[in-house]
Amino acid sequence: MASETTAGAIAPVTRDESGIWGFSSAQLAALGVLLIFLGVAPFFLYPVFLMKLLCFALFACAFNLLIGYVGLLSFGHAAYFGMGGYIAGYTAKAYGFTPELAVLTGAAVAGVQGWVFGWIAIRRQGIYFAMITLAMAQMIYFVCVQAPFTGGEDGIQAIPRGALFGSVSMASDMSMYWFVAGIFLAGFLMIHRIIHSPYGQVLKAIRENEPRATSLGYRTDDYKLVAFILSATLAGVAGGVKSLVFGIATLTDVHWSMSGEVVLMTLVGGLGTVFGPVVGAAVIVTMQNYLAEMGAWVTVIQGAIFVTVVLAFRRGIVGEIAHLFRVKL
Amino acid sequence: MGTSRRSLLAGASAAVAVAPLSRARAQGTTIRLGVLSDMSGPYRDATGPGSTVMTQAAAAEFGARGFTVEVIQADHQNRPDVGANIARQWFDQGVDAILDVPTSSVAFAVNTIAREKNKVFLNSGAASSDLTGSQCSPNTVHWTYDTWMLAKGTGAAIVRTGGDTWFFVTADYAFGHALQRDTTRFVEAAGGRVLGAARYPFPATTDFSAFVVQAQASRAKVLGMANASTDTVNTIKAAREFGLHRNMKFAALLMGLVDVHALGLETGQGLLLTESFYWDLNDRTRALTTRVRRANQDRPPAMVQAGCYGAALHYLKAVADMGVAAAKADGRAAVARMKAMPTDDDAFGPGRIREDGRKLHPVFLFEVKAPSESRGAWDYYKVAATTPGEEAFRPLAEGGCSLVRS
Repeated sequence: MASETTAGAIAPVTRDESGIWGFSSAQLAALGVLLIFLGVAPFFLYPVFLMKLLCFALFACAFNLLIGYVGLLSFGHAAYFGMGGYIAGYTAKAYGFTPELAVLTGAAVAGVQGWVFGWIAIRRQGIYFAMITLAMAQMIYFVCVQAPFTGGEDGIQAIPRGALFGSVSMASDMSMYWFVAGIFLAGFLMIHRIIHSPYGQVLKAIRENEPRATSLGYRTDDYKLVAFILSATLAGVAGGVKSLVFGIATLTDVHWSMSGEVVLMTLVGGLGTVFGPVVGAAVIVTMQNYLAEMGAWVTVIQGAIFVTVVLAFRRGIVGEIAHLFRVKL
Repeated sequence: MGTSRRSLLAGASAAVAVAPLSRARAQGTTIRLGVLSDMSGPYRDATGPGSTVMTQAAAAEFGARGFTVEVIQADHQNRPDVGANIARQWFDQGVDAILDVPTSSVAFAVNTIAREKNKVFLNSGAASSDLTGSQCSPNTVHWTYDTWMLAKGTGAAIVRTGGDTWFFVTADYAFGHALQRDTTRFVEAAGGRVLGAARYPFPATTDFSAFVVQAQASRAKVLGMANASTDTVNTIKAAREFGLHRNMKFAALLMGLVDVHALGLETGQGLLLTESFYWDLNDRTRALTTRVRRANQDRPPAMVQAGCYGAALHYLKAVADMGVAAAKADGRAAVARMKAMPTDDDAFGPGRIREDGRKLHPVFLFEVKAPSESRGAWDYYKVAATTPGEEAFRPLAEGGCSLVRS
């Protein structure tokens, strides 16, 4: 395609098109570590905790697709995450959808929502973009507080995990874990593929210099909108899986603080790196889990980490490591 | 910053309390009780660390009868997902029963998990009567109170004393709606009328003057407050500032001793409220209060905290009766044994647990004393009416519980 060569001419971002499936050798090594971790961890760590971690990792990866590769800071991603959870939970409970179908329905609704909200929001840039996405997300929050199907502040309780394809029971934590790990890996690889496709090259071009991309003949709004929809859909997948894992969908997941949390995860891990959001999510979720007894102090510690990262390690954990060894991660 | 300091203390104690969990896992003769409560939020004082103190008091009173009892605690932050997470982890790591769990949304989540894992859930802190109705479970006992009992205790009793026209100030979410709906039913059944209701956005409302003025304009005789904790306190303060107390009675539908303490007798006097426990009811409650007061930061136990004591004590008796191994293996059987045995403790006196999981005991309508009537610290209530346990709670057939065979 002609666009590939033109995109390559804009910025030196195409140099990483090497290795297998667009993975550089360092990324392949990191992927190997990730795969080993996914395979071994449930035998040593509490599987429910791991599933939570993977849900948030996928959520952060979806968010990173937008901020890291298109440069759009959405401050309302909880709306897609939470709505994915509500829809998946509701369809699984009320209509007896199988888990994969429930998650797909949740993702589809989140995607449509992302389409509408994205269509409005991408007309503005910078802080205005962030504020529009936040406002939309708050509207969704208040809908969720009042709508009968969400159960208000009680949430949707006792969501059944069901049986995969109607035959494999997901009741045990281990079988659910493999299901979640599979979805996470699929989502992760899909995001990686998107980033390294010709389409992804255009996204990076828009991030670096939007007027220049426009001058080269790209309808940048269309590209941004598709990225927004993809990101919202994957956030919906993460939310849907989370509600099935815990058997509960609540207001916590649509609250604006959740939108903030995903920003934090991505920044701590490393903005615009493939593995950064996974590491960031792992750090934050682990902290929340093991420091839960400290109550309000968790937020204080999170804030301190955020300030430290922004001041001292602006590339995030993975970004700094990549910089240190001069590799791409 | 008061909250932070308090939660640090709570956190420190929680960390200490959680620590022995892993060490003692190997022993089969330990019964582990997990107090899952609001340790840092609005319900902390009425439940929270005090619930742990009361559970420990029950363990101490029970003594050593062939097995040891370990009490741990954690903060669910009033968030169902956090609560569900902790409950799941606790049950998977050897906790036999979870106690307290204020906030109905969290209680529903724990209710489901306890059933799934066949453990025991002894709820004291949550209000929703659905716990023994549509959501009832063979693994759950709802000990202390519920919305049905509050609505009946306050609604019907006030109409009988002449307060037959009502106006509600209601928190605009499921809990507020349910409380208003249930109370309306009792008011109307007793021959009263509801003249209107003002719904306010929850949370984030601190100024209640607009709603209180609407209540004043309605000329109703009773101001019904379908909300809880600080919201109720703020509504009462606003209502007094506008002089509503001169020709209206204030009915707080969910209010406890701690809220009255926060409000002060000067503002709170004459207020009618329903509770199932008060420290100064009789000799047994006073003896219990004397025993625990020092551990409970020099306060008498609040209703929900006393409920944790009663529930824990009765559970331990059932465990001793059926054998530790059997009780640990099968939470459903332990709850069935609890239902089969009559209850008796210093806080609630003799009573029983119904087949739907509802604990029955007498319920009291209290009137808050005037400052001149109060003889000392925490001397806040006088009994205005007593309803026997069999009448105070929702009749068995009306709950829609699947465990009840018609």
